[in-house]
Amino acid sequence: MKTLLEMSGVSVSFDGFRAINNLSFRIGEPELRAIIGPNGAGKTTFMDIITGKTRPDEGTVIYGEKSISLLKMSESQIAMAGVGRKFQKPTVFEAQTVRENLAMALKNKRGPVDVLLYRKTRRGAERIEEIAGIIGLSDQLPRIAGELSHGQKQWLEIGMLLAQDPRLLLVDEPAAGMTPAEREHTTDLLKRAAEKHAVVVVEHDMEFIRRLDCKVTVLCEGSVLAEGSLDHVTSNPQVIEVYLGR
Amino acid sequence: MSRQTFLTRNRSIFWFLLSLAVFTLIVTVLADGIGNGMISTSFVKTLGRTLCLMLVAVAMDVVWGYTGILSLGHMAFFGLGGYMIGMWLMYARTEIIVSESLRAAAVPPTPEEIHDAVGTQIFGVVGSSDFPLIWAFASSFWAQLALVVIVPGLLALIFGWLAFRSRVTGVYLSILTQAMTLALSLYLFQNDSGLRGNNGLSGLQNLPGLDSVPQSMVSIAFFWASAAALAAGYVLFAWVVSGKMGSVIRGIRDNEGRVRFLGYHVESYKLFVFTVTAVVAGLAGALYYPQAGIINPAEVAPIASIYLAVWVAIGGRGRLYGAALGAAFVSLLSSWFTGGGVPNIPLGFYTIQWTDWWLVLLGVSFVAVTLLAPKGIGGLFDLVTRRHPVPVSTTDFGPDKGARRTVEGEEEK
Ligand SMILES: Nc1ncnc2c1ncn2[C@@H]1O[C@H](COP(=O)(O)OP(=O)(O)OP(=O)(O)O)[C@@H](O)[C@H]1O
Ligand SMILES: [Mg+2]
Repeated sequence: MKTLLEMSGVSVSFDGFRAINNLSFRIGEPELRAIIGPNGAGKTTFMDIITGKTRPDEGTVIYGEKSISLLKMSESQIAMAGVGRKFQKPTVFEAQTVRENLAMALKNKRGPVDVLLYRKTRRGAERIEEIAGIIGLSDQLPRIAGELSHGQKQWLEIGMLLAQDPRLLLVDEPAAGMTPAEREHTTDLLKRAAEKHAVVVVEHDMEFIRRLDCKVTVLCEGSVLAEGSLDHVTSNPQVIEVYLGR
Repeated sequence: MSRQTFLTRNRSIFWFLLSLAVFTLIVTVLADGIGNGMISTSFVKTLGRTLCLMLVAVAMDVVWGYTGILSLGHMAFFGLGGYMIGMWLMYARTEIIVSESLRAAAVPPTPEEIHDAVGTQIFGVVGSSDFPLIWAFASSFWAQLALVVIVPGLLALIFGWLAFRSRVTGVYLSILTQAMTLALSLYLFQNDSGLRGNNGLSGLQNLPGLDSVPQSMVSIAFFWASAAALAAGYVLFAWVVSGKMGSVIRGIRDNEGRVRFLGYHVESYKLFVFTVTAVVAGLAGALYYPQAGIINPAEVAPIASIYLAVWVAIGGRGRLYGAALGAAFVSLLSSWFTGGGVPNIPLGFYTIQWTDWWLVLLGVSFVAVTLLAPKGIGGLFDLVTRRHPVPVSTTDFGPDKGARRTVEGEEEK
């Protein structure tokens, strides 16, 4: 398993408050990794740093075989390099149809001229149908995304993530608003994606994490508190104190 | 397959073009030039100018209604297009007049003498007689026509690049665009700007070498040209906003951050839309001002671009025909009210004179439309087609969990 992303010594402050504190993290490809931690631990901020939304005050973030630094790249360049993200609060384009949402995410050239001259292809349409099937929205394709339920929006966003075909998938609280059956389905999806790619999942649901059956990183106050198997970290007294013993 | 979907998905293109063609035909038949003379030449010019305003409104809708950039400076590009074509019109016509009057002289004039005499004629009003550098190509129609495209395009490209690159958005961007058009008009007001200061360029209705052609014919030719430009511009923008490009720019309007995380370089898209619409605005201006006869710096004053936004808002943002209708409706109504066409209302103690009160009426209508009928005039078409309209915004729609419901309290599946 080769390293895909390596973060070291990263710190971020918001108005003097240290949200991320000397954080180091690495993930290989393929690998599935769960991140847990109390509210405000910095889990979402961690993803913001990788995707270029937040610039760290110090530290390095190295990505890929060529060890490029993500800190010098714009959000769109990072996304094009193969980093995809599902946001904590589902953010889909509510004024557009499910199909348009997926089509926009589909892996294709992203320049204005390419997009202007883009012609629908059979392969693209098939891929959209395929993803819609996976996320259970096959008969919702012509619907306006704003009309979907919260859970369906979660699915759509997962579908958009899959459509991008990224190498590193950052998935922030995918199970919120989902039924138990849907949660199980999500677990399967993430595990399948992690057969080839690197997948980072943030989730509070312990059952969900257990089913993922992977290495777990516990974040607290912006740094790593513990790392290892779920049983290993949940038996750590510090973890019990800050996270489990609530 | 994709061509078919473009036309079937955009039936409004067909209806728009058909209405435009019928309108053009009716005006032609009734106009002074070829038809039976029921419509005066000056009104044909008003209608032709209105078509140009409709074109720039369609462009504005693409920038604002589709991409979400409230540009309050697009009339600067419109005015620049007018100035560029006006320079050639003025130069070429003055040159003809000057060489005719010099022909009587004993010694035939040299080209330099003609050039100097043209300069004296044009710049006499600002106390100068030398051609400024920017008039270097004024003698060439094709060069000035190219400048109609290049000058607004380049200004939009540079301005947009600076503004979008530093991620200026929302009201700050609107203020910047106002500053741009204000700076341009202040510059043009100066006598040494090289474009005749507040005199502007005049006599633009007289086409060089076509003195024998009556204005009734010239006006109908410009009317046709304006209609053709509107048709072409409409189809161009309808194509741009359809399909994947439309999807991406509407995405930028609703949540540009999310579009970035999908890998699209948002700034390039904004720059593309801003520049293309500026070029079309310049072309519309180049057709407008020969029909107006004169252009001066007041035309690119900040208020002009604000009017443009008002037209689009009243017509209905986010649908091209709405913007076009809004521009036509409000600008024609405006010339009717301010031209003394509407009788004043005597109230006994006070007389409402529409020339003064029109702006108040317009302001009130603008507020009313924004608050009560945000879909504008275009929204009326939803009543006819009963089409479920595409929502314009993406902020919370429904009562629960961000789900939009068509009927309040509707059961969720
Ligand atoms: N843009 C910002 N400006 C100021 N403070 C911020 C900003 N973003 C995050 N924070 C703060 O940083 C801390 C970490 O936030 P973050 O959203 O990363 O937590 P989290 O681990 O994702 O929590 P949750 O489980 O609730 O999603 C919080 O205290 C938050 O208030
Ligand atoms: Mg979070």
